[in-house]
Parts: sequence; C-alpha cells; structure tokens
Amino acid sequence: MPTIHIDGTAHSIPAGVNLLHAALQLGYDLPYFCWHPALGSVGACRQCAVRQYRDEKDEHGQIVMACMVPAADGTRCSIADTEAAEFRASVIEWLMTNHPHDCPVCDEGGECHLQDMTVMTGHCSRRHRFPKRTFRNQFLGPFINHEMNRCIQCYRCTRFYNDYAGGTDFGAFGAHNHVYFGRHTDGVLENEFSGNLIEVCPTGVFTDKTLKRHYTRKWDLESAPSVCTHCSLGCNTFAGARYGAVRRILNRYHAAINGYFLCDRGRFGYEHANRGDRPRQPLVRDKEGTTHPAAAAEALKAASDALAAAKGVVAVGSPRASLEANYALRALAGSDRYSPGIASAEADAAAVLVELLRDGPLPPASLRDVEHADAIFVLGEDPAASAPRMALSLRQAARQQPLESVDKLGIPRWYDRAARDIIQGATGPLHTAWTHATRLDDIACPFRGAPADIARLGFAVAHHLGGDTPPVADIDEALDNRAKEIAEALRAARRPAVVTGTGLRSRRVLLAAAAVARALARVNGENARLGAVFGEANTVGAALLGGPSPEELLEAVAAGKADTLVVLENDLTRRVDPALLRRALEAARCVIVLDYVATPVVDRADIFLPAGSFAESDGTLVNHEGRAQRSFQALPHDGDGRESWRWLAALTDSPWDALDDILRALAEARPDLAAAADAAPGADFRLNGRKAPRSPRRYSGRTAQLADRTMHEPRPPDDPDSALAFSMEGAAKQVPPSLLSHYWSPGWNSVQSLTRFQEEIAGACRGGDPGTRLFAGAENKPAALAGSPPRPFDPAAVPGLLAVPAFDVFASDELAALSPPVAERAAVPVCRLHPEDAAAHGIADDTDAGIILNGASAVLRARLDPTLARGLVALPVPMPGLPPLADDTYATVRPAS
Amino acid sequence: MIRRPLTALIRPGEPPPGLRDYEAADGYAAVRGTLKDLQPGDVIDRVKEAGLRGRGGAGFQTAMKWGFVPQGEDAPRRKYLVCNADEMEPGTFKDRYLMEGNPHQLIEGMILAAFAIGAEVAYIFLRDEYPLAAKRLRAALAEARDGGHLGKDIHGSGFNLDIHLHISAGRYICGEETALLNALEGKRAVPRAKPPFPPVAGLWGKPTIVNNVETLCYVPHILRHGAEWFRGLGKGRDGGTKLYGASGRVRHPGIWELPMGTTMREIIEDHAGGMREGYRLRGVIPGGASTDFLVPEEHMDLPMDFESVQKAGSRLGTGTMIILDDKTCPVGMLRNLQLFFSRESCGWCTPCRDGIPWIEKTLAAIEAGDGREEDIALLHAHTRLLGPGRTFCAFAPGAMEPLQSALRYFEDDFRRHITEHRCPYANGR
Amino acid sequence: MLSDSERKAIEAELPLYERRRSLCIEALKIVQEHRGWVSDEAVADIAEFLEMGADEVDSVATFYNRIHRRETGRHVIYLCDSVSCWVMGCDRARDRLREKLGIGFGETTPDGRFTLLPIACLGACDRAPALMVGDELYGPLDPGKAEEPLENHE
Ligand SMILES: Cc1cc2nc3c(=O)[nH]c(=O)nc-3n(C[C@H](O)[C@H](O)[C@H](O)COP(=O)(O)O)c2cc1C
Ligand code: SF4
Ligand code: FES
Repeated sequence: MPTIHIDGTAHSIPAGVNLLHAALQLGYDLPYFCWHPALGSVGACRQCAVRQYRDEKDEHGQIVMACMVPAADGTRCSIADTEAAEFRASVIEWLMTNHPHDCPVCDEGGECHLQDMTVMTGHCSRRHRFPKRTFRNQFLGPFINHEMNRCIQCYRCTRFYNDYAGGTDFGAFGAHNHVYFGRHTDGVLENEFSGNLIEVCPTGVFTDKTLKRHYTRKWDLESAPSVCTHCSLGCNTFAGARYGAVRRILNRYHAAINGYFLCDRGRFGYEHANRGDRPRQPLVRDKEGTTHPAAAAEALKAASDALAAAKGVVAVGSPRASLEANYALRALAGSDRYSPGIASAEADAAAVLVELLRDGPLPPASLRDVEHADAIFVLGEDPAASAPRMALSLRQAARQQPLESVDKLGIPRWYDRAARDIIQGATGPLHTAWTHATRLDDIACPFRGAPADIARLGFAVAHHLGGDTPPVADIDEALDNRAKEIAEALRAARRPAVVTGTGLRSRRVLLAAAAVARALARVNGENARLGAVFGEANTVGAALLGGPSPEELLEAVAAGKADTLVVLENDLTRRVDPALLRRALEAARCVIVLDYVATPVVDRADIFLPAGSFAESDGTLVNHEGRAQRSFQALPHDGDGRESWRWLAALTDSPWDALDDILRALAEARPDLAAAADAAPGADFRLNGRKAPRSPRRYSGRTAQLADRTMHEPRPPDDPDSALAFSMEGAAKQVPPSLLSHYWSPGWNSVQSLTRFQEEIAGACRGGDPGTRLFAGAENKPAALAGSPPRPFDPAAVPGLLAVPAFDVFASDELAALSPPVAERAAVPVCRLHPEDAAAHGIADDTDAGIILNGASAVLRARLDPTLARGLVALPVPMPGLPPLADDTYATVRPAS
Repeated sequence: MIRRPLTALIRPGEPPPGLRDYEAADGYAAVRGTLKDLQPGDVIDRVKEAGLRGRGGAGFQTAMKWGFVPQGEDAPRRKYLVCNADEMEPGTFKDRYLMEGNPHQLIEGMILAAFAIGAEVAYIFLRDEYPLAAKRLRAALAEARDGGHLGKDIHGSGFNLDIHLHISAGRYICGEETALLNALEGKRAVPRAKPPFPPVAGLWGKPTIVNNVETLCYVPHILRHGAEWFRGLGKGRDGGTKLYGASGRVRHPGIWELPMGTTMREIIEDHAGGMREGYRLRGVIPGGASTDFLVPEEHMDLPMDFESVQKAGSRLGTGTMIILDDKTCPVGMLRNLQLFFSRESCGWCTPCRDGIPWIEKTLAAIEAGDGREEDIALLHAHTRLLGPGRTFCAFAPGAMEPLQSALRYFEDDFRRHITEHRCPYANGR
Repeated sequence: MLSDSERKAIEAELPLYERRRSLCIEALKIVQEHRGWVSDEAVADIAEFLEMGADEVDSVATFYNRIHRRETGRHVIYLCDSVSCWVMGCDRARDRLREKLGIGFGETTPDGRFTLLPIACLGACDRAPALMVGDELYGPLDPGKAEEPLENHE
C-alpha cells in the first residue's frame, strides 16, 4: 500500500487512486464538484486544489487539483495550505457570482453539496456587485425539474447522461459563462437513467419532480433502507416518507449491485404506494353478496372462519411478495397447496435458471461483475427493458476492453477526461441475442432471431468454445461464424460473462446458456460469471420455496377439489389464462385476497385484507443472483393495514409475533434458505443500547399538525419487527449498512456524504455490503442441465406466428406502471410484426390487429418492426386479456375489422 | 546568402507564387531531396540541430516534440500532422501573411514534417475568417497534388500523404492544440486533459503533431540550407528569423521578417516607422493579447527573442506587438482584452469561465468611473488566482498576463479612474 | 431533410475524416451556407444524416461563433472589436453603424439586409479598424464613415 503525507501526517492508502479520492477516504474535508467516484476526474471545477510538494525538501510546492494527481507512494501535499484554501474559497466565490442564492425556496436545500462546500471553504460574503446572468428553464418530462440558474457548470450531468448512460437527447450548449445544460428543445428526457441527475447534480438544477409534487424538507423525511421491487436486481434504495406517504426514493449504495445509480423505473415507481385507489380497508362479503368495510378483527375472524369451514384451501403466493409473506402463506396452506404464484411457463424457466445458478458451472454475476466483464454474451434476454440497471452495467462493460489501451499509455482509468479522448467511444465485445432491437444495440453486436435460433446460436457458441458440446446440426454459415466470433471473444477475455434470463420463458434458451456456461467454465472459467435476469423482485425467493404452479391450483378449484382460494399480492389476470381464472373464481366458495394494489382479483375477493406496500412492510427479497436482502418499512401502517405476513401469521396457529419469528421458522424448515435470516440484524439488535434512527439528526420534526387536539408530541410508533426506530433518536455511528436509513455526516448533508460510509470509496459499505448470498459456495456440478440444440425455427412450418414477449422498461413492471409519472413514460402497447409478415397478413403499420392466442383474443395496434425476426409476433408485456406466453405459443394475427 | 527565407517570395498585394514560380525558386527541392535521400530520423535530427522553436507562442523545441511520436512496430500505424492556422490571438496576423503570400511554402513544410513523424494524413486547421488564405491554400494543394508532391508514393519514395483543409467555425480556444483536436473531430472545442499529450494520443486517439504555420514554413529552408545557416540567421541564442509585426498607432503597421532577436526599438522605429504624429509610446504587448506589457522606459533595446523577453517578464508569444499610445486609456484597453477573453473562454473550468467575466465587469466599472478602492486588490488577486496550474489550460493564465503587467506599469491610471470617478482619457479619444 | 446539394457537399467531406460524426462542424457550415442560418430543423436534419442526436449536434453548433442559430440578415457585418481595432476606434465605428443602420450588435435591419455582429480579432490588425462582410475584408476604416463598405452589399 502506498504511503502519502497530508499536512505532515503519513497515511497508507489503496494503490491506484487519485489524491482527492485518497483524502476523502481518509476523512479529510476537501471540497470538490466535478469529480465523482463513478464518473472519474475531469478537472473542470478546480475546487479540489491542494499544494503538492515534490519531496520532503521542497518547501514551495505548487497548487494542483487533487482529483487530477495520482496518489502515488511518497506523495506529499497540504490541504491546510493557506494559498490552496484561499483558492478553494475563490472557486466558490466564482461559482456563486451567478448562483441565485435561492436556498430557502430550493428543493435541494438542506441536502445540497454546493451549500456544504460553500460552508466548508468559508466563503460567506458576496463581493461580486454586478448583475447575474439568467437562463430559461425547460420542461424535461414527468421525472425531472429543471432550474438552470442554479447551475455551477461542473459538467457532471452531461458526463453522466451522455458519457456514462449513453443518452443522446441532452447536452451542454453554448460556451464561456453561458454554458447551458439541458435539451436542444423542451421535452421528455428519454434515457432510462435520467433520475440519477438528481443525485449527480451537486446543487438544485435537476431535482425530483415527483418529490416536488408533495414536497417535504429533506431533513423532515423519515427514511428506511429499502430494496427496489421493480425488477429482479434488488437495487438498494432509501425510501423517504412523511405524513403517511412515500415522498421519494434515493439510491442506497451497494457495491455489488446498484453502486451509485438507479434506473428511473426504480426511482419513480414508488408512487404506486401513494395511489388514491389503493385499497386500505379490510372488506368482507356478507350473505347478500355485497362487500362492506370491516374492522381488522372482523375481517380476520371472517377469514379464519372461512378457512376452518373450507373444503380444501389452496394458496397462491407471489414473486412480488416477500419471502416471509410467501412462507407464511405456505405454512397456512401446506407445501403442496401453496404455489409461488409464478405462471407455469415462467416458473419452469425460473426453476431451470435457479438450478443453473445454484449448481451450475459458473458463479452468479452480480451487477459489479457484469460491469467489469470485458466480453459479454447476452442470450435470450432484453435487460434494458426487463432489468434496466443491468443495461447501465453492460454499457460500462462494453468499455472494458478499449480501456486497456488507456492502461498501456500509463493513464489511470479514473482520469476519465483522458480515457475518453483516448478510446474515442470504442466498444469491446458485447454480443446480444434477442428477437428484435433493444436499447443496447448502439453499443452491442446484436443477433436477432426466434428463440429456437437464439438457442442454436448458444449451442454453437458452446461448441466453438470447445469441450463436449457437439456441433449444431445443419447450422447456416452466418450463424456459425457469428458463434465463432462470440466464442473467440469469450475465450480471449479476462473476465467473460454470459447473461441470460427467463424473459422468453424458454427452457431451450436456458439450456443453451447452460451449455455456454459449461464450456466457458472449462476453457476460461477462472473469472467467468453467469448473469441472470428473472421476472420480479422476489421471483428467485418464491421459486426457491417451490410448489405447484398457480394454474394447477386454479384447476383444482375449478374442478371443485378445493373451495377456498387465498391470493397473496398477486394480480392473477397478469399471469394465467383468463378463462381458467374465470372458471376458478366462479367455482371458489371463498376467495381471500391480501394486497395493496387495486387488482381485478381484489374486486372478486370475499374477504380482503389490506397489505402493506414496500413502504409499510419489512421483508426479505432474493435477487437475481440469489442475494437475500431485507427491506424495511419507511412509514407505519395506517388504519387497519398490516404486512401480509402479519395477517397470515394471525391465521395460522404459529406463535409468530414478529418478523424474526417467521425467519427463524423458515430457517428451521428450509436450511437452504437459512441464510436469508442473516440478511440484516434482527429486531433485538442494538448499538449502545439503542436502535437505529429513521429520521436524520437534523429532523425538525415538531409539527403543529395535531395542535388543535393536543399539544403533546405523539409517541412515535413502536416497531417490534426491526432494529429501526421511528425517531431521530438512536444510534449515531456505525449503524450497519443494512439498517442505515440515510447518509449524513457533519458538514456533509448531501448524498455525497456517502464517502463516509464506505470502507473504500466505490468499494464495500463500511460494515460490509448488505445481504447474504444463498448460492455462494454451493457445490458446482459441471454437468448440470444438459440439453441439445433445437431445430431451426421455420416460419413456414408453424401454425400462425410465433408469439414472443416484448418488454418495455416503463410498462412491463406491474407496480411501477401504477405510478403515474412512470405510466406517463410507458410505451403504448403494440404488437410488433416484421413488415413482410405484416404484408402477408394484410396488416399495415399503426392499424389495429386482432390477435388470437389459445382461444383468447385481443386487439392491438400493429407496429411494423424490420428488426424483428421473421415469423414472429412480439406482444407487449403485460398483455391484457391474453393467456401468458410459453416457449411455443402461436398466434393468429389478422386485421381487426 | 538568403536572409529572409520565409518572405522572400511574398509580394504583398499580388497573387502568391504558383507551383511553377515556386519550383523555379527551388521550391519542393527539399521534398524531392529528403524523400529520396533521407530517413525520417534524419529530418528530425536536422531540425534539432537548427534548434527550431515553435512559433505558435510557446517556443517549444520542434524536433523534441516530433521525437515524442512513438515509432516502430508497436506504435499505432496511423499518425497525424496538423497545421495550426487558427490565428485568433488579438494583435496577431502573421500566419495569414504566410498563407496568403506563399501557400506552397507551408505545404512543403508540412510534407517534410509529416515525413519526419510518419503521418500519412495531415490537416490545415484554418480559421473561418481567412477566406483568401483558404482559397489560395486550396489552389496550391490542388497544384501540389497535380505536381506529384502529394498523394500516393510521392516521388517514388513510397511515402504517401494527403493534406486536407479544415475550416473552423470560430473560437479562439480552437488555437489551443488539444481544443483544436476536438474541433477537428467535430466536437466542442474544449481543451483536453494532458497527459496524454497529442504526440502520443491526439486526433482520434492517434499520435498527432500540431505545429504553427510559421514553424512549418521554416522546415524546407532548414533542410535546404542546413542547420548552421539557420542558426546564423538569428542574433541571439535562438536561430532563424521571426515574423514580427506591429499594430496600433504606429506610422506603418505591418509584418516584417527580421533576425530573431531584433530589438524592440528597431522594430518600432525602423520598420513600423515610429509613433504617429502626436502620439507617444506608452507600452507594448509584445506577442499577442496574452503576453505581458513591456514599457519603453525599460525595454526599448530588448532583443525580441524567447529568452530575453522572458527575462524581461513577458513572453515573445507570436511576436506581433500591440502598441499602447499615450492617448489611449490603459484601463479601457485592458477591459477590451478581458472582454475578448471572457467571451472566448470555452466554459470548461470555473476560474476562467466565471473569473474573467468578473474581471471584465470590474474593469468596465472602473473605466466608467464606478470603480472602488478594493477593486484593485480584487484584480491583483485574480491575476494570481487564474495563474498557471490553477486553470485547466493556458488560456486564462494568458489572459492574466497583460492585466498583471498593466496593474504594475499603469497603476496610476487605475487609481485615477477610481479617485476621480471618471476616465481621464475620455476626452482624448 | 437535407437538400441534394447540401447532402452532396457534406458527402464530399466524408472521406477526409475518420468518423462520420466528425463532420458535424462541416455540415453545420454547409447547411448555413445554403440556408443562411441554422434552424432547429436544420440541426435535426444534420443529426439524422450524421447518425447523431440533435442535442449532440446542437451542443456543437452553439459552441462556435460562426454558426448562427438565429436568423440573420442577407449580409452579416462582422465588426472586429478586439484590441488593435479597439485602439484604432472600432467603438466609434460601431456607433456610426448604429446611427446609420439603426441596429446594434446582435440585431438585424428591418429590411433584412444586414445583421451586425462583433467578432474576435480578424487578423487584420495592420488594417485596424476592420470589418468583414461575406468574404470581403475592409480596413482601415474611417470610423466616421464605417458604413461606406456596405454599399457593395445589396
Ligand atoms: C488559448 C490558446 C490559443 C492558442 N492559439 C494558437 C493559434 O491560434 N495558433 C497557434 O499556432 N498556436 C496557438 N496556441 C499554441 C498551441 O497550443 C500550440 O502550442 C502550437 O500550435 C504549437 O505549435 P508550435 O510548436 O509550432 O509553436 C494557442 C495556445 C493557447 C493556450
Ligand atoms: S482556462 Fe478553462 S475555461 Fe478557460 S479556456 Fe482553458 S479550459 Fe476553458
Ligand atoms: S473535483 Fe477536482 S477539479 Fe473538480
């Protein structure tokens, strides 16, 4: 480890970092703006000036920008140096010459890096006596508010949006002191990661528009460590709440998962929990058949009576419900009468992929692994739409190989300005295989084909990697060459990765991925990883619990083998054949539903129990790589609502009063899932006898809201389920990262204080990254999941068109799509057809097409998409009114009259 | 002996020599000889012996710069040569003179430089406001191509070269060599981080040499007449001649090729014809807007070469002087200079982007009689705070040079504006 | 959409650059030559042709002095206001032009004949004060008769 000297004190620091990085990591207060741990150094703001000395004899030294100087062994510098300090104060003074000084009305106030740095440098009186320049603000869509006058031109926004996230509809305009950051014309920011501008911007230029609509001062937010429920990646978030509503989501750093960034679906999807139509009252159907509101006790009594009287209870769980809720449901119904609630085709695929991750030849890839991979093959998944944050990691991965030329020139990778000029936008091997164009195609080498051909490509890659995979019979030359190229890239890579998913619900594709993984493990397996994408936030957890498919249980109800159906947080209309669901719901004597979303299933409930959303519930979710993570409630339940597991616990005979009780039971019953209990400290965890606080120490809190009734502060609600308190009082330091509800450190009120909560900047959280891995250390069975290549897809030889799913980043996730700002961004549902197929079926672009699928029919707008493989019709997810797709589902498509 | 190699064929007001005239005067002889008989390394050696220093303003050793270009098996095959013909430094008009007056000379120099570094593609980065130079360069390039001096396998040497004319869209910062590379790549002309320096990773990430027009124009002459001859042309340590110029209230503003190290007195009095009737010399900005003032009381006999001017506290810069006379307000002149710099800042780094406009507004206030006592200290502080190393590139430090020296030499003028609340020169102009 | 002649002119430059998007500045200038100025629509046209985002093109367009993102008159008068010209009286020339044309910097005459813009040093310091209209350079101007050269430009 290199040693550096700061103001005469020697420190050991990690190798290969810059001086600013080192100083911050050591806990020095050195101000900065343009540097960002994930975006690197560019030397624009000139805020991080220090004096650097050549050696111990050098008394004069020179002023340098710490972010631009490698912290090499023996580096000597002074932060306290008066000239450096004067310069840093001057930089703030310059930045403030045009700043509007509107802190009292600024959404960023109290959480503003510019405020912090201004205080830190000591700049406090204004000498500039001339008029300020002013800018016009832009409409940027439903997510982001724009207030350009606050800009301090650190260029972070465009570096994130354009350089890092690959956006093209944003930029820096103009020159000199008229540089403007925004769009060429007013309009919605299209990039799916635009929300990060809120955190990347060190002041209030880009702020959260969803927060603005129900604004709360940041220091008055009650927050909890939460886990995003909008896809299977499990990004860590802070959910901030006040007055009974979620106000915003912020990124919660997790080194192996989301790092510094979230996707917009995850950041803005939270508003589903605030919906006015959210069912919050227990309902019971009376003898006349009408439902009426009921008190919790009454509803519980009705439910337990119904269960007692039932002639067969079946229970459908949910991949969007926590492990605890699913487990409690399973305990209620019994393991053969509980379904994890994943539609059968998807469940089959998920089971294969879970097996591959758990027992397969390659360790699961975290997002960090994906980001650092230098050759990637994405096989049969569209992560940009189904697991957006992964697309951002893939974008960085595509730079890994070109960055080697930067290494060769002796330029450190953190020196972003130089690195980008050297590699000039070059990309390394990122091969994708999907049915049509994806949002990664600008940096990928895309193959487009039917699932069978995607599988064949996979098997051919496995073959060319060498090993036991036989050649693919009758393969055409182009496909084979493609496979060779991909195999070559994977073989030559230092950190190759294969990514696949359940998106196509295709066992064949997953077996092909297994073959690639097996072959890769043999030829270049040392650092190789297998990335996986699943449908929902807890698909892996639910799949691990296992059980029959929902279809099987619904059949049982329809056939009269069971008469009582319990549905946990599951909109079955999205998952099962509408005809089957109709029959089952008609046949059921009693339907008990637990949910926090107004679904059609809730409408049919005989007994409805209002569950907590992510914001009001504690629970564990298992992400795409088998990492169990605990999410905590940010706000207390209102009225009669409670966590699903709490309702269910009350309906079983089990003595489960708190979350930890269920986790204990789960661990006993399922040793393979026991580690889930360790995902976060239990409710009895204390630091110096105190719980961890949900509110910041700066909480002003006192409110006159109740003053007309009582002048006493209400007692904060108890929280028996976690080691978090609904209060600002509590442990101040060393809160374990899984219990940390916000970042704050003296002098660092913005998200930039994160550096104080990491072992190493951009490294693990101080105290270890949250969560436990269920698959880590599992014994690898190299022979797992053998398969053989399918026949090529022949459009002429099949009935109709092969129906495949098309995911949309803002429309396809059930919960996020219920958030109004996200819904505003959702694509209009269309069916995609290749222009020639469309012509053959008499369908013109942008006309209505009738789709008939397994006896059900629907009308969708047709979109001619020349990138779609021939013989396919790509249907939107979700597809209201149509049965879910399996690997081999054929549709009849004709013009709608 | 040839004493004024660069301008020997230039006839102001007349069309430049065409290919035939140029060749008749031994033009392209250096190309023929060099490509046939010499290795690239030899060219570098000769330029090194001659001690040629860059004429773009910084005076960097040309051969040393060329030597940084990686050569050999591992080196990138593609390399670039760029001629910096952006010339937007206020007060500077020497490159225009060379390009309009004798475009073939520049082309010949570029061929030799490209050969020396192994570049097969070269660009002339020309500012937009020089349409005549563009026209003449274009014609000359076509002639050179037809004459076999450009293209594939030039004169049977196996060396290929294309020279393209790129016309900029106007920004002073484009003259900064790394900003220039961004402009050539069609991007915003913001300077790049250094390292890597352009000779290692420049245009499109490839090794690139950027040289000034005047620098390149010397190369054929050095190869033709030898290093010793070149060194003999100068009066001091720096060899060669230099294009000197003068503008402002002198009798004959213009450009002259004179031995490197010619004194200021000789340039102003003999060549520029001295001050105009009724005007007295107050100060000289010796080499374009971003150099420190020199004053007649101290510097009339200063040899105008890199080292002497440096020792006197300024820089030779582009060698084209801007003359301040006694009836022109130094505060107003500084304000004008800072207005230029504030408008031309690329906007990348804070001190330059926001500091210079503050300076400019302060100077404007002083000029208008609204100055305050503390403004002087503020201006002084800025000259330090925007000094070398504080900003991302050399633009802002350059902008501070005339200001810091003006605050020293013309302090009284600043003070009078503030105490009298008016411009003492207001009636003078 | 780019016109045929615009496209041809841009395409002719294509082989001279390593990357398509490097033509951005060339393309802006060519389109400006054809259309007089660069409208939002022109930005979009260029972006499409160069396979770039309109925002990327505009961020380049707005950086440079000589790309006009606002409509100009038939002739743009570039009056040099840098130091040598300032010493020699360009402010007076500017005042004279304002008096004669009724426009200041950044403005266009009501008849659409002239737009007046300041420009950084024209490299004509020996002919200060100087101005440029089209490809024609004028100087030294008599600041009191600064409008004289304009007669050549209908
Ligand atoms: C702000 C700025 C503007 C510059 N403008 C020019 C210019 O217009 N022409 C030029 O040749 N060099 C200019 N330079 C210097 C170049 O960066 C570079 O040093 C020069 O082109 C190298 O050529 P030389 O070695 O032949 O002198 C400028 C430098 C700076 C910092
Ligand atoms: S000093 Fe900074 S803002 Fe000024 S031109 Fe250089 S990089 Fe741009
Ligand atoms: S943080 Fe170092 S220059 Fe901006």
